Amino acid sequence: MSAAGQHPAVDADELRRRVRDLLDAHPPATTAPLDFLRARFDAGLAWVHYPAGLGGLDAPRSLQAVVDAELAAAGAPDNDPRRIGIGLGMAAPTILGFGTDEQRRRLLRPLWTGEEVWCQLFSEPGAGSDLAALATRAVRDGDDWVVDGQKVWTSSAHIARWAILIARTDPDQPKHRGISYFICDMTDPGVEVRPLRQITGEAEFNEVFLTGVRIPDSRRLGEIGEGWRVAQTTLMNERVAIGGGRVPREGGMIGLVADTWRERPELRTHDLHQRLLRLWMESEAARLAGERLRQQLAVGQPGPEGSAMKLAFARLNQHISALEVELLGEEGLGYDDWTLRRPELVDFTGREAGYRYLRAKGNSIEGGTSEVLLNIIAERVLGLPPEPRTDKDVPWKDLPR
Amino acid sequence: MSTPDLLYSEAEDDLRAAVRSLLTDRCPPATVLLEAESGRAHDIALWGALGAEMGTAGLMVPDKLGGQGATAREAAVVMEELGRAVAPVPYLTSAVLAAGTLLGCDTDQEPVARLLGALAEGRTVGALAVPLSTTAGAPGPPTATVRADGDGTLSGQVSGVAGAAGADVLLVPATGADGYGLYAVETAEASVTVEPLTSLDLTRPLAAVTLTGAPARRLAGPDRAAAAIGRALLTGAGLLASEQLGVAEWCLTETVRHTKERHQFGRPVGSFQALKHRMAALWLELVSARATARYAADALATDSPDTPVAVAVAQAHCAEVAVRAAEECVQLHGGIGMTWEHPAHLYLKRAKSDEIALGTPGRHRQALAGLVDLAAPTG
Repeated sequence: MSAAGQHPAVDADELRRRVRDLLDAHPPATTAPLDFLRARFDAGLAWVHYPAGLGGLDAPRSLQAVVDAELAAAGAPDNDPRRIGIGLGMAAPTILGFGTDEQRRRLLRPLWTGEEVWCQLFSEPGAGSDLAALATRAVRDGDDWVVDGQKVWTSSAHIARWAILIARTDPDQPKHRGISYFICDMTDPGVEVRPLRQITGEAEFNEVFLTGVRIPDSRRLGEIGEGWRVAQTTLMNERVAIGGGRVPREGGMIGLVADTWRERPELRTHDLHQRLLRLWMESEAARLAGERLRQQLAVGQPGPEGSAMKLAFARLNQHISALEVELLGEEGLGYDDWTLRRPELVDFTGREAGYRYLRAKGNSIEGGTSEVLLNIIAERVLGLPPEPRTDKDVPWKDLPR
Repeated sequence: MSTPDLLYSEAEDDLRAAVRSLLTDRCPPATVLLEAESGRAHDIALWGALGAEMGTAGLMVPDKLGGQGATAREAAVVMEELGRAVAPVPYLTSAVLAAGTLLGCDTDQEPVARLLGALAEGRTVGALAVPLSTTAGAPGPPTATVRADGDGTLSGQVSGVAGAAGADVLLVPATGADGYGLYAVETAEASVTVEPLTSLDLTRPLAAVTLTGAPARRLAGPDRAAAAIGRALLTGAGLLASEQLGVAEWCLTETVRHTKERHQFGRPVGSFQALKHRMAALWLELVSARATARYAADALATDSPDTPVAVAVAQAHCAEVAVRAAEECVQLHGGIGMTWEHPAHLYLKRAKSDEIALGTPGRHRQALAGLVDLAAPTG
């Protein structure tokens, strides 16, 4: 990473000037969207806090909003953060922090433009919340590592070109110390992606089977055995990824139910009214807390409230979608479609009430279960003592499984 | 609608530091308890230092009327600190409700301006003579239970008035031949009886006010009285959310401190997951409570058209968070939490009283239904 200070300070006016230059050279109306995105990356206006030459200008992160607003106003095409969220939120900061110059130059541009989709090969059937218990093995063979194991809950694996992967390289070490971090080419022999059908009927996630997959040592991120430390960077960035645009009142799931309530007076009951008002109020409180978090980030005071937001939205989505099915009464007994589909995007509010109710069950499990997040808040925010642990210094191979 | 500022400004941080430092010195929990048992309506010396010397009594009163010219945002910060200390001072009743009502009257009138100046100075204590449970944001002003007679006197009774005992002046809504109006009555008059009630909240006691032909001065008539009282009650409810936030913060902080130190079964009890999750859940509620309280304060300060919604959300939310925090505080302190010596009960009593004060959460949610077009079933 090129250190801040090597480039002259870039301020908001300078960024606006560069945006104008970009728009002049590549008018959005007559430029193919991908060409525009590539040009934007090369102009350092992709993620302005990244180093020059890698899509950024070493500018303060808070100035990204200036660029985004100017480009949106000009009707410029954007990359699709929802489709490439794992690449943007998890892979990119890790590659930037731990990758070689060659890796950064090869991988970051197509990642940002969306030409190459990323997925993450972290969770396993036996290692979810206790991620460091993972059992996928990587064994050194000359200049390569040979990887065998099974990953699960892998969204986007069926459209991904690349994956970030953690695997065990030394089973004789305690579980956190014997892990290494790799970049896996999803087109390599031995990588098999199978749809994992969920309670909604669709297969938004996948199982990934790795059988004798050969990964060159040049695609390792960080030192051998340091994979857990590298993964912490990835996971921290996953939790920071909340943010983005401001949400209007009734912008989330509550708006769908409120609209149904207004349009269908015949469905109303007093019990549902009490619960709806409470959930409306709690949704507004959560929205304001999210807005307050964004304001803190904007002035450079990131707080631990990000994990609070995830917990709040998981709980609210579940309660609101449950209320919605109930409100619909007889219609709530139906379901739109049980056909197996493999969507490219995660969409919590898409489809109908029954789908939303079932999909919301995942909100308190994916990206860290609510129980684990509560532990993290208790220990890291409130400073409460950790629970006693018995697995910390025992070699992984001797742990009960 | 402009983007609300949900953070604390540097000036607000400075104000908080000054108020907290004073309260830490002069108002530790043991002192609050002694004061509550003294039978005095409030801590007169503390109010002198905080209201008069520090100037918080006139915080929201414009400079030209003798105040500090600040807004509800700064007042909210004071309320947070007063909640954190369960301080027995008439800030809500005199500086917010009484002064706020006068601000809604015609301040070009000499009696209004003079009384407002006296309250802003902090040497005179006022109280708005309505029951503390009156729902802010309800359509229409509180019904007057006092009669204005043609001879310039008032007669009647108002129950459950916070801050009446200890007040020098009562602002009384009354009806008479001239309609609904707001009147000022001196409590020193023989025809005024202020009878303290045994109250759930020892630190903000209530009183019954009886007027029997009490001499009164009319401050506002039908054209302004109702709106002035309504706005003051809305401001009071919005700022009460910040007090509730302060109460809840103290409860969580003390509970975390206690459970880190208290050992049972060979471990600090705070290391047990069942307890950790309860404290983490409270912290989550505090995060959103702070956001709603800040939004209400900002809406009041900027006179946003969204103020009624902001206050209803903040009051319904923060009231319940404060009660839950206080109840968890008592429970997680175990037997210690049930004792008179430990201050947890002062916070529980304040939190539960605050939940009813200026409208219960249920009443605020009911108000919300009308404000955001979520009508109740018919029939």
